[in-house]
Amino acid sequence: MNEINGILAIWYREFKVFLREKSRIVASIVNPILWLLVFGGGLGSSVSIPGVNYQAFIFPGILTQSVLFSSIFFGVYIVWDRKIDFLKEVLVAPISRTSIFIGKVIGGSTDSMIQSVILLLVGLALENFGMIQGIYFSPYSILLALIILFITTVSFVSLGLIIGSQMESPEGFQLISSFLVFPLFFLSGALFPIDKLPIWIKPFTLLDPLTYAVDALRNVILGISQFSLMFDLGIMLVFLVLVILLGGLAFKRMKV
Amino acid sequence: MPIIKTDNLIKKFGDFTAVNGLSLEVNQGEIFGLLGPNGAGKSTTLMMLTTLLKPTSGTARVNNFDIVADPDGVRKSIGIVFQDPSSDDTLTGYENLKLHGMLYNMPAELRERRIKEVLELVDLTNRKDDLVKNYSGGMRRRLELGRGLMHHPKIIFLDEPTLGLDPQSRENIWDYIEKLSKEERVSVIITTHYMDEADKLCDRLAIIDKGKIVALDSPTNLKKVVGGDVINLKIKNPDIESIKKLDFVKNINSKDGTLSLSVNNANENISELLAVTGRVESVELHSPTLNDVFLHYTGREIREESAEGGWSERIINYRSKK
Ligand SMILES: Nc1ncnc2c1ncn2[C@@H]1O[C@H](COP(=O)(O)OP(=O)(O)OP(=O)(O)O)[C@@H](O)[C@H]1O
Ligand SMILES: [Mg+2]
Repeated sequence: MNEINGILAIWYREFKVFLREKSRIVASIVNPILWLLVFGGGLGSSVSIPGVNYQAFIFPGILTQSVLFSSIFFGVYIVWDRKIDFLKEVLVAPISRTSIFIGKVIGGSTDSMIQSVILLLVGLALENFGMIQGIYFSPYSILLALIILFITTVSFVSLGLIIGSQMESPEGFQLISSFLVFPLFFLSGALFPIDKLPIWIKPFTLLDPLTYAVDALRNVILGISQFSLMFDLGIMLVFLVLVILLGGLAFKRMKV
Repeated sequence: MPIIKTDNLIKKFGDFTAVNGLSLEVNQGEIFGLLGPNGAGKSTTLMMLTTLLKPTSGTARVNNFDIVADPDGVRKSIGIVFQDPSSDDTLTGYENLKLHGMLYNMPAELRERRIKEVLELVDLTNRKDDLVKNYSGGMRRRLELGRGLMHHPKIIFLDEPTLGLDPQSRENIWDYIEKLSKEERVSVIITTHYMDEADKLCDRLAIIDKGKIVALDSPTNLKKVVGGDVINLKIKNPDIESIKKLDFVKNINSKDGTLSLSVNNANENISELLAVTGRVESVELHSPTLNDVFLHYTGREIREESAEGGWSERIINYRSKK
């Protein structure tokens, strides 16, 4: 009971902070839409992927991108907590480090999932207005997409928190996280089919956990994929368990 | 049984020893002070007693829980107001308190009642729905004071509770501390480098310098050690030997051209003293303060102002960082 209340407390706080940062919410929704319409629309006229419109092709990629960025970036908040000494208030409370980690993960995931839902609705609307073609939504595909996005979110919020828990300065966090985020994003095939890449890059794409999230999303939203859904989900779950365990460990080792 | 007992507590950061063999006992219900200059090791001591830092060696029990073996027991027994602001300034005062109540597993009904009570105690009831961003340094300090005792801790630690506040806010805070010590019957551990604060509030205090206790007693008894009155003389070439011969002069400290003497019956004896010293630039006479006690034990004075600036300055620094 004790620990559950602690988790709720952290969640409560993260959610309040999220609601107060209006500009962050707006940016996190406007940016992906710009990517989809401007980047997708512009490049779309020159790229042809058999059987699917380019904007539709990158829609799952843009969804994953938005989740990746906001999830990992969430880790910077714990660096700020340390900087303003709010972290001490939390660490001196009678709850375990594990609960603090779980509360933070739920907090960050809530933010990302709200964005994801909004983006899915935007996609639905754009498709209805005929601004993008080739996306097939059904209640079933939306549900599956949300599950895939949820696993992705929890994984990358955990990864962001692992980095944040060990960093002293927001700048340091920024540096390390961009080193991770951009390769993760570009190697995932979010913007182009991986089989078009030079052969030597291919192994790296297979090492990128995000590849499987993008592939799974394409599978459920567009009906095209490289791997089977079960295979994608299996790899995602292995990665999820790994980062959660590491995250728990990182929080145990975390200094004030 | 003492509510806090430390035994040869040591904390090293690399080669540097911040706390060097601290042994002390704090009794239930008293206001106990740690008085010392910047860098004396006061905050480091509190961090260890509140389980946020592990001691390099030595042990301590807080409310009879060992700080290393049973940190959870310690955390359930204590409240703390940190030296630097530790509330979330994107939340309102009320939200900060609610969050605290949730972290301490308070049932909702009790939590809401306590929030009302502590807001009342620290006079923030009508500002409770303002964002903490918009609080003054003193208001924020008061909020954190209320927060620290909201969950009915047996012991509350206050790390420089009035650092950087204006005189009026300081006196307000002193009133709150005295009130809570009486009304809520908590034991209070307070660190400060303000002599007047230590003198006014503390039942007993430990004077700390360079990580070590140099003296520990009630303010009254500590001042008795200096004895008599204090006369400060500004003097060019003091003839210390002949001053020493005067039987009413008990102790002499010399620093930067100023002689600090402890003297019996200073009012009566000052003319005889001046006859011996000859020409002086200035004379000052007062009853002993804790500053004189610190000088007596260490040969230095506690500097009044902290080098890194006070509490409110730190808030400003932090805001501009953001
Ligand atoms: N994490 C740390 N790493 C290295 N040195 C530290 C660390 N924390 C404190 N110190 C050093 O330990 C000494 C004691 O610091 P502490 O903060 O306990 O002093 P203090 O008595 O609280 O002083 P102040 O009045 O300035 O708050 C200082 O010299 C400080 O620089
Ligand atoms: Mg300090």
